[in-house]
Amino acid sequence: MSTIAQKRGFASTIWDYLTTVDHKKIAILYLIAGGIFFLMGGIEAMMIRAQLAVPNNDFVSAGLYNELLTMHGTTMIFLAAMPLLLGFMNAVMPLQIGARDVAFPFVNALGFWLFFFGGLFLNLSWFLGGAPDAGWTSYASLSLASEGHGIDFYALGLQISGFGTLMGGINFLVTIINMRAPGMTYMRMPLFTWTTFVASALILFAFPPLTASIFMLSFDRMFGANFFNVAAGGNTIIWEHFFWIFGHPEVYILILPAFGIFSEIFSTFSRKRLFGYSSMVFATVLIGFLGFMVWAHHMFTVGLGPVANAIFAVATMAIAVPTGIKIFNWLLTIWGGSIKFTVPMLYAVAFIPSFVAGGVTGIMQAVAPADYQYHDTYFIVAHFHYVIVGGVVFALLAGVHFYWPKMFGTMLSEKIGKFTFVFFFIGFHLTFFIQHFLGLMGMPRRVWTFLPGQGLDAGNLISSIGAAFMAIGVILLLLNVVITSVKNERVGNDPWEDGRTLEWAIPSPPPFYNFKQLPLVRGLDAYWLEKMEGKTTLTPAEPIGDIHMPNGSFTPFVISLGLFIAAFGAMYHVDDKAWAIPVLIGGLAITFGAMAYRSIKDDHGFHIHKEDLMDDDNEDKGVKA
Amino acid sequence: MHAEEKFTPQTWPESPEKATLEGKNKFLGFWLFLGGETVLFASLFATYIALKDKVPSPDHMLAKDLFELPLVFVMTMLLLTSSLTSVYAMYHMKNYNFKKMQLWMLITVILGLGFLGCELYEFHHYYTEYNHTFTSSAFGSAFYTLTGFHGAHVVFGLVWMTLLMIRNAGRGLSLYNAPKFYLASLYWHFIDVVWVFIFTVVYLMGMVG
Amino acid sequence: MVNNQSNSNNPRLNYDFRRKKNAEGMRIQVATFTLMIFFTVVSFVAVAADFSKWFVIPFILLLAVVQVGFQLYYFMHMSEKGHEAPSLFMWSGITVAFVTVLAFMTIIWW
Repeated sequence: MSTIAQKRGFASTIWDYLTTVDHKKIAILYLIAGGIFFLMGGIEAMMIRAQLAVPNNDFVSAGLYNELLTMHGTTMIFLAAMPLLLGFMNAVMPLQIGARDVAFPFVNALGFWLFFFGGLFLNLSWFLGGAPDAGWTSYASLSLASEGHGIDFYALGLQISGFGTLMGGINFLVTIINMRAPGMTYMRMPLFTWTTFVASALILFAFPPLTASIFMLSFDRMFGANFFNVAAGGNTIIWEHFFWIFGHPEVYILILPAFGIFSEIFSTFSRKRLFGYSSMVFATVLIGFLGFMVWAHHMFTVGLGPVANAIFAVATMAIAVPTGIKIFNWLLTIWGGSIKFTVPMLYAVAFIPSFVAGGVTGIMQAVAPADYQYHDTYFIVAHFHYVIVGGVVFALLAGVHFYWPKMFGTMLSEKIGKFTFVFFFIGFHLTFFIQHFLGLMGMPRRVWTFLPGQGLDAGNLISSIGAAFMAIGVILLLLNVVITSVKNERVGNDPWEDGRTLEWAIPSPPPFYNFKQLPLVRGLDAYWLEKMEGKTTLTPAEPIGDIHMPNGSFTPFVISLGLFIAAFGAMYHVDDKAWAIPVLIGGLAITFGAMAYRSIKDDHGFHIHKEDLMDDDNEDKGVKA
Repeated sequence: MHAEEKFTPQTWPESPEKATLEGKNKFLGFWLFLGGETVLFASLFATYIALKDKVPSPDHMLAKDLFELPLVFVMTMLLLTSSLTSVYAMYHMKNYNFKKMQLWMLITVILGLGFLGCELYEFHHYYTEYNHTFTSSAFGSAFYTLTGFHGAHVVFGLVWMTLLMIRNAGRGLSLYNAPKFYLASLYWHFIDVVWVFIFTVVYLMGMVG
Repeated sequence: MVNNQSNSNNPRLNYDFRRKKNAEGMRIQVATFTLMIFFTVVSFVAVAADFSKWFVIPFILLLAVVQVGFQLYYFMHMSEKGHEAPSLFMWSGITVAFVTVLAFMTIIWW
């Protein structure tokens, strides 16, 4: 990447990324933007832990604390974890199925820019009169009462980035259904592709309820509607239901791709076929299905009644079964394998006990009567950080190390990586394990301070020290990225030497058309099969011919920018600003105008000619971008 | 098979909307989008059902005081017929008869405009005669959001079809634009699907009580 | 690309066959449309005639579901082959939609 940048100049590189529709470059954009949001969410977390380090602390005010905890949750879920996973899906999934790009490259770029502008809009709230402060769940009774524009930033920002995510989901689904290489049957797809598929389906069905409810919240706050206003006949429970009808599948949208990444890592570094592949697929689909049937377990204390609580409790416990299948399959994949403890493998191995701990507390909370004790305490905070950090963030860190060479053509330092792991792993358990007990002792979540002498002092201090350890781990990772990029030692196709799937058979980073000839897939772990027969390349499924590629486009950026502008109009309309409605209309006009432009102007893409592909061979560059 | 290739009725493929990879992808992607739209409208329906007749005080109009069956019947007939006319358009598309396809598309658009006119009249009527507005009650918010989202879909569909007709008027059918016409017609049918539930759940069940 | 699905190599014959098949399909569409109009009229009449609501509500809902089935399977061609993935995802969407509506009819007010 950096060599190209030097050749082409900085401005043209920027322009290239603003207009790119290449899934590999969009993956890098997701990684950068998601990474920045991850750091911001991390800083917010550090401030929370600093405030709670000692009793009666006044490091931040109560109001600022509410904003910090809201933005920490919202940022980490919507703007860090999900985009980073979408980044890996973009980087890896098309390569794993032997495709030259995703089904809709233009929509792919549009999805990224919508996410980016939505996230930018949300974070501008810090500078424009205060961030949202009603928690990431933004329950309507609280969020309608919140003064200022914080909640408006939340609603509009998430709406815009939500559209982007929805498009990404549809795009991946179509890609996986329509664009698999010859021989790549469904039951030969790598597990990361499978989890991408199921997570995308969850996105498709979980985001519309969020879209609907955010519209309602926006209408209530900005246009005088009364959906959640009890005095006008509204009902505040409606928001809670919609939020969790979305929110519960959302956590599976996060964890399933994480499972996928770990499945790849386990089989690669155990140098064994994934144990129980078909049961893994089955468990993934089942988790996806059950994910829609359990949302009310977040609402046990709302008072839905014993019948509803019992149904949702049982459904929730049922999810432990497919998850258990997965855990045992991973253990049996490692069992008897020729294990190599690389950095990704360290995360994977650490993930199993950490995630199981989070799963066990999840089952505890599924018991509805017991949940009345845990509800809104630090026990819940400990639980979801165990599954999200111990599951998703570990997977993200593992994935960064694992796929870095494929994305950038150079390896992250294993030595620094191991230090990162040690700090992060210790810090994680130090921070969150003690929170279980703080919660059981009655410490409520989302409260900005606590009193001394209630047995909470030591636990909170330990927790804050742990957070510092995690921060050191992340800083080491950043250092690693810088050092690696400066050194820039190029690596070959299969830098881990044990790659099993198609992406490891092509250069790192891959040429922009990915596969010169589409590969013929002859079984699960297609590249491994070839290697076992002593070959180093894939069996081609077609002769070398012209390759059709899409044109780059600046339109996705403009469409997203239009919505970004319109959001300001919608928001300041509340203050009776004369310019608000024109800005709203102008922004929408930009968006729809750009869409019409896209629709009217023909774009047939271009062809890479056979002869040019042959030339590449002669020069033996492999990489051309 | 390239998107720019020229055809005769004899060589025109049987499923032109799916004859190219782009067409196949669009076809599937659009169906998936409709699957998501199903959930979106279900959310709005669910909200409407929960908030039906929820008003702050007894002097507000309820569903059975508001709705008038004749107008809804006319709107339903307009939209149902426009669904059939867009089926005709696709029939001629498959027979590679561009002129007839355009004609039936035009009729579809006109019927859609008729529907939209009725809906605007209806909203205006409720606003001025009954003081049933978007902000007057939770019932009002839910009613206008559900029917308004549907109406916005109608507007989008009309603009989309009109743009397609104008853009392609001079150049006839190709494998590049056939999927576009096909998707627009799918979208139009989906709008009708939603309307079937709106007239049943909102208007008819509103009259029954 | 498999576009010619008939076995004959005579393009003229294929063409005639396809024209006939399309025309046949269109006749079915018109029949479907007639039924849909009929169902709609019956629904409106049932409501206007002021029958018991315990009869009318299930009855008109049933007619609506049948009508939507016609739209999806005939007007939108979901009954034809090549619609396996669309069916899967439409039905998944309908399942989620059903659960959502059910929840909002049961556990919103109590």
